[in-house]
Amino acid sequence: MTDTGTAPPLLHIDRLGKRFGGFVALDGVDLSVPRGQRLGLIGPNGSGKSTLVNCICGTLQNETGSVTFDGTQIDGMVAHQRTHLGLARSFQLPRPFRSMTVAENIRVPLLYTVNARSDTHLSHAELDDRCMEVLKLVSLEGKASKYTTDLTQVEMRKLELARAMAAEPKLLIADESMAGLSHSEVEDIVALLIRMNERGVTIVMIEHIMRAVMTFSQRLVVLVSGKKIADGDPQSVIQDKDVVGAYLGT
Amino acid sequence: MRTPVFTIIVALVGAALFAAFRLVGNDYLFFAGYIVLQYVVLATAWNILGGYCGYVNFGSAGFFAIGVYSTVFFYTVGQSVEDIFPEFLLAPMQFIFPLPLPLLVVVAGAVSGLVGLGMGYLTLRLRGVFFAIATLALAVVLETFVVNWPFVGGSRGAYVIPPNEIPIFGPYIQFLFFLMLVLVVVALVVARSIERSKLGVGFATIRDDELAAEATGVPTLRLKLIATVVSGALMGMAGAPFPYYIGYIEPGSAFNLSYAVNSIAMPMIGGTTSWIGPLVGALLLGTLQQVATVTISSAVNLLIVGLLLIFFVIIAPRGIVGLVQDAIRKRRGERVKS
Repeated sequence: MTDTGTAPPLLHIDRLGKRFGGFVALDGVDLSVPRGQRLGLIGPNGSGKSTLVNCICGTLQNETGSVTFDGTQIDGMVAHQRTHLGLARSFQLPRPFRSMTVAENIRVPLLYTVNARSDTHLSHAELDDRCMEVLKLVSLEGKASKYTTDLTQVEMRKLELARAMAAEPKLLIADESMAGLSHSEVEDIVALLIRMNERGVTIVMIEHIMRAVMTFSQRLVVLVSGKKIADGDPQSVIQDKDVVGAYLGT
Repeated sequence: MRTPVFTIIVALVGAALFAAFRLVGNDYLFFAGYIVLQYVVLATAWNILGGYCGYVNFGSAGFFAIGVYSTVFFYTVGQSVEDIFPEFLLAPMQFIFPLPLPLLVVVAGAVSGLVGLGMGYLTLRLRGVFFAIATLALAVVLETFVVNWPFVGGSRGAYVIPPNEIPIFGPYIQFLFFLMLVLVVVALVVARSIERSKLGVGFATIRDDELAAEATGVPTLRLKLIATVVSGALMGMAGAPFPYYIGYIEPGSAFNLSYAVNSIAMPMIGGTTSWIGPLVGALLLGTLQQVATVTISSAVNLLIVGLLLIFFVIIAPRGIVGLVQDAIRKRRGERVKS
């Protein structure tokens, strides 16, 4: 469903730069993500993947370059404003609201993001329906009234993705959603992400598990030492000699 | 239970308490009860920022003192209208001053709410222990300011002479007690309404995980500012009648550490996640302190707070309300099994 025509990209990053003291985390990264695409973003540890996500989502502010989302330049906007525009993320380590039940966790983005958009105001009953709808998407409807401490690791990951999806995003950034999961659990999450993409959500997936990356991605981008070293078709990118060199140290 | 129904019930309980105290007819009950009620308001106010949002405020004494000194300021203005205002303003000013105490309470709430907003802008980007230290520093700065402000008495203090009697109520302490009772109703209704609203959900997300809250669309800074303003305003309102209660006020008593310690300890002991926790904690601890003051010594008060705090932090970190909730859940679980 990728829109590769002349339409402007959903996300456009232009020469993005970020430093931590003397350490250059991002060094002039350019990236355009068309609507509906499933993009895989890989790179060794410390390559700047999470910093890039944090700069896109507003958790960190970029020092140079710019980020344009859905035609709006979003530099300087705080994270919740970007979420309201349709940019959602899941975290590398699940960060559920622990004092709330699973359903209440899903309710938060519905209340604060979906209801904040001028064209929407969900009633209490509609909120409940929408919660169950989102939980069904990730097969957690049976756990709606459970506290997050009662969830398994994979259920926690699903909740993280479900909470991001509840914000009805145009773009979802899944930051290492499969770390520490078993083979079948990884397949489960990949299938879930593909289902989300089929609902029209553009997805950027950051991952180390190459099997999952290759199954999921329509396009693959590789970051090394804060620079983009490869971008294109996944099969050709993983055979690129710079990419092989970065991973194998040759 | 809907908010209007809850308000009526709390107001009726308050009215019943007031009637019962009047029936007993001992003014000491009103004197001691006033302090306990003052702590209910302070603890409930602290809990809005500290319990709901997870931002520990050590500056409660500062906000309380803003209320105290706002009253002292307007009282002093009322006493010196002829010295302060030019002749053409004398007539209207003599009509306005002295301001009635309920109005002074509202003014104190507005002033301390504004200070809360300022403090919020300056400190709410800090977290954890850094935020706590910043709030403590605010109280110290305010105390230094008051000590060096002769108009409100400076370090030597100021006298605020309350009338002995007041129509309808009789002894003035009964009026002060009634006023504090009204403030308790206001504080509890505000806290419970917040807890059950969208705002309460937002506060809980901030307490649980601020980064995740922002990522799900919660405007965390705005919500924290609302919490600081509401919390600060209620604390200031609790302090406004105090000069009339004590008669002589000096910075050492207005900025007393015991306000900061009690405001934290009472919700911690009662439970911080619900409006009822600070109420239970303040009633328990406040009453114990009043009993200890009469039977042993007022110097024992902070010792009681310290011991109870240690006990609850170790045995029941979620406070009395948490203990009760656990017991209810356990009972339900046993019923389901059987």
